[in-house]
Amino acid sequence: MEPTVSFFSGFQPSDLWFLAEAAWRTLLISVLSISIGTVLGVVFGWMIYEGKWPAALTLGPVLDVFRSVPLIIQLVLFYNFAPIIGLNLDPFLSGVVVLSVYCASLVANVARGGMEAVGLPMRRAARSLGMSYWQDLRYVVLPIGGRAVFPSWVGVALGVMKDSALVSVLGYIELLKASQILITRTQEPLLILTLAGAFYFALSYPISRYAATLEKRWAT
Amino acid sequence: MIEIRGLKKFYGSLEVLKGIDLDVPKGEVLSVIGASGSGKSTLLYCINGLEPIQEGSVKVDGTDVHAKGTDINELRQKMGMVFQQWNSFPHLTALENVALAPKIVKKKSRAEARDIATRQLQHVGLGDKLNVYPSALSGGQQQRLAIARALAMEPDYMLFDEATSALDPELVGEVLDAMRLLADEGMTMICVTHEMGFARDVSDRVTFFHEGILEEIGTPAEIFGAPKSEHLQKFLSSIR
Repeated sequence: MEPTVSFFSGFQPSDLWFLAEAAWRTLLISVLSISIGTVLGVVFGWMIYEGKWPAALTLGPVLDVFRSVPLIIQLVLFYNFAPIIGLNLDPFLSGVVVLSVYCASLVANVARGGMEAVGLPMRRAARSLGMSYWQDLRYVVLPIGGRAVFPSWVGVALGVMKDSALVSVLGYIELLKASQILITRTQEPLLILTLAGAFYFALSYPISRYAATLEKRWAT
Repeated sequence: MIEIRGLKKFYGSLEVLKGIDLDVPKGEVLSVIGASGSGKSTLLYCINGLEPIQEGSVKVDGTDVHAKGTDINELRQKMGMVFQQWNSFPHLTALENVALAPKIVKKKSRAEARDIATRQLQHVGLGDKLNVYPSALSGGQQQRLAIARALAMEPDYMLFDEATSALDPELVGEVLDAMRLLADEGMTMICVTHEMGFARDVSDRVTFFHEGILEEIGTPAEIFGAPKSEHLQKFLSSIR
């Protein structure tokens, strides 16, 4: 019997390593985007909350656009049109930029809600002690507001991590793209997707556990 | 000394203070009484610079609170304020609540700030609650915490905005006791209050506000014993 040449080969232990590497890339792009997005989002949220800067007038609608347009469209548009204005970014950096702005647009709303939750009487009490505007913001508004909206922020962060899978459309080999590659080769979608799912779970679960611990500690 | 001259305050088109003249010398305990909406609380907010004013002036030890060049954050360190809602910082323990402002505003060292906080908390009878979070304190305890927090800045004046109004009746006494103690120690105090007993027994002078006007001012004996204005007579008979 003639041996048949096959493009397909079964799942090998080394493939697990391939997936793990891809999971690391998912983690990397998520952590970067969520960090940058959170800092930007808090600043945007504060601008909208204060509402006196001209920025606040334009910022809201702009953030609405980033919140409403599907991420996959944003990614493709940015990746293909950025070079026109002279930005030659690789898939990874393009992904970080788009995911960060997307994350910021979501965090801005959360942050504004947190600042509003603190309330004028609390802020007046802080100011009456001689605290400056910035001291009040740093030591009273951010810690109290931050705790109030922490669960919502965790939701946003986990969402962004899962949405980072979409960066695969630019050719960045993260967890989802890696699983597609393996599925094509092994023809074992069930196994590979289960593995990929397990990796996503392994990335998010510690975050939600840690978040729950923090919330419990703050509740006392 | 707090000097108020021709103070007018509007919320939009609503005139809440219609030209107030009032001097509060060092060491005096002044109670401000009157119906809700008479402008008593607003007066305190204007003294502390938490609300802008439209006319007149408020001077604290000669410094104009509302002048452009005034460093309001520095001036506020002279005036402690206690609010109807105690507003304890929920994310900090009692000790940290009191130590925060000395640390970040007065730039005291950590140890020094903790010392001050411990002393002030003991002073108001919360020496055994140093490491407790506000959520585990009663309203009366939180209000005493707020008093300790204000005192930790070593103010020359204390402003009390209906400090007992939001408390359950059985908790009013402990807060009034803390205020009485402060008065006995010679603190200059302006107390907006509905506690007529406190106003009568503790104050050097009592002033009655009616619809944004300072209608009457005098010793407790004069105000409660021989009220002159018709509004004050009505007010006093309505609360008896």
